[in-house]
Amino acid sequence: MIADPTHAAAPPVIEAPVIEAKDLSLVFQTNDGPVHALSDVDLTINKGEFVSFIGPSGCGKTTFLRVIADLEQATAGGVTVNGMPAADARSARAYGYVFQAAGLYPWRTIAGNVRLPLEIMGFSRAEMDERVARTLDLVNLSGFERKFPWQLSGGMQQRASIARALAFDADILLMDEPFGALDEIVRDHLNEALLKLWARTEKTIAFVTHSIPEAVYLSTKIVVMSPRPGRIIDVIESDLPKDRPLDIRETPEFLALAHRVREGLRAGHSYD
Amino acid sequence: MNAVLRAIWPVATVVLAIIAVWYLSAAILNMPWERDQAARADTTPSLSERLSNTMAQDRPVLPAPHQVAIEIWKTTALKNITSKRSLVYHGWVTLSATLLGFGMGTALGIALAVGIVHSRAMDMSVMPWIITSQTIPILAIAPMIIVVLNAVGISGLLPKALISTYLSFFPVAVGMVKGLRSPDAMQLDQMRTWSASAAQTFWKLRWPSSVPYLFASLKVAVAASLVGAIVGELPTGAVAGLGARLLAGSYYGQTVQIWSALIAAAVLAGTLVGLIGLLNRIVLARMGMNR
Repeated sequence: MIADPTHAAAPPVIEAPVIEAKDLSLVFQTNDGPVHALSDVDLTINKGEFVSFIGPSGCGKTTFLRVIADLEQATAGGVTVNGMPAADARSARAYGYVFQAAGLYPWRTIAGNVRLPLEIMGFSRAEMDERVARTLDLVNLSGFERKFPWQLSGGMQQRASIARALAFDADILLMDEPFGALDEIVRDHLNEALLKLWARTEKTIAFVTHSIPEAVYLSTKIVVMSPRPGRIIDVIESDLPKDRPLDIRETPEFLALAHRVREGLRAGHSYD
Repeated sequence: MNAVLRAIWPVATVVLAIIAVWYLSAAILNMPWERDQAARADTTPSLSERLSNTMAQDRPVLPAPHQVAIEIWKTTALKNITSKRSLVYHGWVTLSATLLGFGMGTALGIALAVGIVHSRAMDMSVMPWIITSQTIPILAIAPMIIVVLNAVGISGLLPKALISTYLSFFPVAVGMVKGLRSPDAMQLDQMRTWSASAAQTFWKLRWPSSVPYLFASLKVAVAASLVGAIVGELPTGAVAGLGARLLAGSYYGQTVQIWSALIAAAVLAGTLVGLIGLLNRIVLARMGMNR
């Protein structure tokens, strides 16, 4: 891909691979025979990129994220995170992971939930307080420290879970359909907030989604995947400016990208 | 006030219904004896006389509620609590064994559950034994425990408490296995993403998740402990405790005494379960889970 010089505001991508997958395959042995969840996946994610994975159910996008996170192990090939094998990267707490459900502990306050990974990682008390305050501010939840999760809306809970993933300052944020269970309006709002947060923190984000507009709106790079076996069909570099108001979704550039994603999905027989 | 009334109303209705059925049953069950007495004395008392007599027998088949109430009043409020005839004294003897057994049973149950959840070998090997242990009738092994321990010089509180332990560890172990396994795959994955140690996962996730299960188990366990302590008192030759009162009452046909001991045991069990329920509410409220 050649960067378009007319879009000077495009994110400055430093060519430093943060996540690198080479010939990655993963086969699950099930009672119905082997399932090829991932087949020969090659992908490089550079520092500061926002990469979306899109595809129908069973295309392996979540599995790929889980391999990066060392929650699943590849059966062939491998993945490096920050130049380390995935297992070492997990031990080094290289990434924050946001799941589809917020998964906040009902017996902890919002501040207590954000503090949880910090307690596990053994931060000092003062450091914990400072980080909790800072990350809650980052997701606009200041003032909700002492609330319990059930007192917050679903969108706010998911924001708290993002704060929790950010609290220990990992450079990589892995997000597995974090807004999938939320309604459209809340989702728009959170997408906007996530872009701002990404701009402020300069993290590398890998984001799994089902939604074409969401993928195009958020990403600097869109990875289109297809099922049986799970594989990458197309990798689309987005040349949308870094500053993206919500109505950018009606511009021809946006629609052209969305069209290309849809074409990729069709080519992968995702609609069959 | 209205809310209190609404809460009491259903309970009061059930209690009144039970008392009504109780009186009716007492009249029916005690009537044959009255009939025999009348036949023997060759008198023909009126129905109302016979009915009132069924409520005032010395050794009725089924004592009337007020007879039991009077007996309980006489053996609690009107007796010195150190007296061997005081129900409070006997109740305390049983309660102390119950509480000791309950404490040991809870500790054992939790320890077994922790082992089972963390070790596949224990899951496979211990769980069947735990279930088998509860299929043995407690009445069969209680005397053996008492006799064997007595032979090695242990008597009094501990043997009874061990029988309580035997009955109460089971619900705690089963409930806690379920509770400690209640965190879902996502929550466990989340812990992995933070490279949490097994101990951290236990204390920060599994243990707090299991608290509601623990309290549900404790309610069953404390009632079972009381049953265990009472059963443990039966083969001791009826020295002290509610079980002793039951046994002594049955030796001498003192049905009023049996029933007052039964009611005392029921009230004790109800109180213990209620206290655990209260503790449950306090703990869950402090954990922010009292929605």
